[in-house]
Amino acid sequence: MYRYILRRLLMMIPLLIGITLISFMVIHLAPGEPTDMQTQMNPQASSDLQVKLHKQYGLDKPLPEQYLLWLGRMVRLDFGNSFAQDNRPVLSKIAERLPVTILLNVLSLGVILVLALPLGVISAVRRNSFFDRATTVLVFVGFAMPSFWLALLMMDWMGVRLGVLPVSGLKSLGYEYMSLSGQLFDRISHLLLPVFIAAIGGLAGFSRYMRSNMLDVIRQDYIMTARAKGLSERVVIYKHALRNALLPVITILGLSVPGLIGGSVIFETIFAIPGMGKLFYDGVMMRDYPLIMGVLVIGAVLTLVGNMLADISYALADPRIRNSN
Amino acid sequence: MRWLCLLFFVSLAACTQTDPMSGLETSADKTPAFGDTFIEGSIGDASTLLPILASDSASSEINGLVYNGLVRYDGNLQVVGDLAESWEISTDNLTITFHLRHGVKWHDGAPFTSADVLYTYQLYVDPETPTAYAESYRQVKKAETPDDFTFRVTYEQPYAPALMSWGMSVLPKHLLEGKKITESTLARHPVGTGPYHFVEWQGGEKIVLEANRDYFEGSPYIKRFVFRIIPDTSTQFLELQTGGLDFMSLSPLQYDRQTDTPAFQRLFNKYRYLSFGYTYLGYNLKRPMFQDRRVRQALAYAIDKQEIIDGVLLGYGKAATGPYKADAWVYNPNVKRYPYNPEKARQLLAEAGWVDSDGDGILDKQGAAFSFTIVTNQGNDLRSKAGEIIQRRFKEVGVDVKLRVIEWATFLKEFINPGNFDATILGWSGSPEPDQYEIWHSSKTGPRELNFIGYKNPEVDALLEKGRRIFDQAKRKQVYDRFQEILAEDQPYTFLFVPEALPAVARRFHGIKPTAAGIRYNFNKWYVPKGRQKFSR
Repeated sequence: MYRYILRRLLMMIPLLIGITLISFMVIHLAPGEPTDMQTQMNPQASSDLQVKLHKQYGLDKPLPEQYLLWLGRMVRLDFGNSFAQDNRPVLSKIAERLPVTILLNVLSLGVILVLALPLGVISAVRRNSFFDRATTVLVFVGFAMPSFWLALLMMDWMGVRLGVLPVSGLKSLGYEYMSLSGQLFDRISHLLLPVFIAAIGGLAGFSRYMRSNMLDVIRQDYIMTARAKGLSERVVIYKHALRNALLPVITILGLSVPGLIGGSVIFETIFAIPGMGKLFYDGVMMRDYPLIMGVLVIGAVLTLVGNMLADISYALADPRIRNSN
Repeated sequence: MRWLCLLFFVSLAACTQTDPMSGLETSADKTPAFGDTFIEGSIGDASTLLPILASDSASSEINGLVYNGLVRYDGNLQVVGDLAESWEISTDNLTITFHLRHGVKWHDGAPFTSADVLYTYQLYVDPETPTAYAESYRQVKKAETPDDFTFRVTYEQPYAPALMSWGMSVLPKHLLEGKKITESTLARHPVGTGPYHFVEWQGGEKIVLEANRDYFEGSPYIKRFVFRIIPDTSTQFLELQTGGLDFMSLSPLQYDRQTDTPAFQRLFNKYRYLSFGYTYLGYNLKRPMFQDRRVRQALAYAIDKQEIIDGVLLGYGKAATGPYKADAWVYNPNVKRYPYNPEKARQLLAEAGWVDSDGDGILDKQGAAFSFTIVTNQGNDLRSKAGEIIQRRFKEVGVDVKLRVIEWATFLKEFINPGNFDATILGWSGSPEPDQYEIWHSSKTGPRELNFIGYKNPEVDALLEKGRRIFDQAKRKQVYDRFQEILAEDQPYTFLFVPEALPAVARRFHGIKPTAAGIRYNFNKWYVPKGRQKFSR
């Protein structure tokens, strides 16, 4: 097992370098430069400004040299400074936005799991019942509905018409002057709509996945054996079947790890939440190469680690996989 | 086109207050009071709070409240003193001597002196400073500080935009000297002399400023200024309705259809005024088909500008006849106009040799059809919609037009910079300063320069050169009057429209006096009467 983990870890290094090389090439292939925001179509911009900025950002060097310099810094965990006019370290910009995105994604993933697992299980156990059909229709309606549209609808309804929830942002003005319980209430009220909207989309996938897993499992011979032994249906379903049906969910959870930091541009834009999606989008629009690379590398590392963790958890949970290794 | 404007350039005119309840003010409402918070929404976060490095409007707006220049525009767009109490221009127009205010303090308590102004000037012209605004200051031959409260600049030759160029934010020498400007902590924690001092900046969320009680013109009435970053305008509008915002620039649709309710009118005042920007259809004059002036004039006759204004701006705009808006002092109302007249367009095109010889509905000349492509940038619906209307009208006079909407960076790199386009719909933001040298002078037709349509006219060159050397407004106007006449005659651009700015402000704010400069120029004098204040902190 340890050799397996070590091998997986070592394999990540060339993979990561490959990812960074491709990303670096692709972002430099895109038309436009980081200096364009300040220099292009600006009657006040001096003619030599672009040259100055090129020098400042190191864009005057050949591309391979730029890549190697970047790689050298990255190995030392220095992601450089953003090319945006604030010129701040990429890591601190990411660190500022990451907690918000993680919080929202973890909460919505929690809501999805809490709702989707029972929905999936009950749908499977009561296959083709009214409940099963109704949930199928409802979760797919949620899945098909554009989240920005639903968000605006809910904001208008809950925020403007009923006035019970805040429209956007993460906290109210004057948050710092509130009591501790007031702050907690304020936070929760701001999070309700975004978490709800974010969860709606994911509910369909997870509940359907859980349903089909469960259906697969309850058709197995050992379930029949358990029933034949005279175990109660409750024990059969929730002890024997559910545990096995949950196994593939671990894989999906592992794959969700990079998604936790990815953020969503549309979602964050609508709710005015300063998260990673908006940061990355703005970075791409401004051709802020160090920021783009920083986000991509962190995303790539998390994807690889998430995959590995999923594999390891799977191996730990299932003796057949562990033994085959 | 990027609509970047310094705060003092966000100048608007001919304001009309559409306030059905404006006569209902009580006497208590007329008494200015200190306190309350003003919350404004912005679609973008500021990038840096060091004005010398900032080139986006969000940063400029905050910097305009934190810093001062030596001069500024007043409500009537006249240059008045800011940190300078007065100034003299030498009789040969080469030297400007500024007499600075005494007793002004930086927000950290340090005294402001002429050394700060000299240092700021030196920073602008320093080759190591990556600033977009160095050009005006490079014209300075000599800058000196005869004493702590006098600053003198001498130019090689008279330069009319010089005076207002000193509206740039003056930076604190004692906090910046000896440090690398791009690494200064002031970029995140600015220290200025302005009416508001910096409190906090939560990236992507909000920037908070607080009234400077020691401000040299007296403390502003509104105690706190909160700049909330809300990237989506629909969300901004919902926030406005719930009181999460006190100010928002409305879209024509919101202004016209969504705010015409008693509930909205009870809480907000709406204003409308012409902005400085304009949208145009520019022809690539290197293309043979556009080299004949009659063709460009014909195309101008073929466009119904009012139809575009009604269709795209819902009527909230005015037809443009040149690069200046109708209420600017420099505007020439007597230039040649092109009322919609398809017959006249067809006639002019026929005179230029474009006739439909093969009967396919499209004009042709020497076997080539009159067919071209209009390119414009993605992300600006007004432009693409205007393009569609123009496309239909051109078709009616036998001109076949395709419309391409392209992402901004690609648009510049592949089309505008290499001159690889037939015609383009774009816009320029303007300012009260009429100098248009960078856009129309024939020396500015090189790669990445702003006369990208390749317009060359020796008389225009001479006028532009002359215009920047004359200080006397009346004499200057004569020069620019002629400049506008030639542009109208030549039609290198078909000037389409000047949109109106349509802000809504929460009704509890008083002291708003719409003038030629819009409504924000006197923000320090806005107040909320005691009984109507919403925020106690």
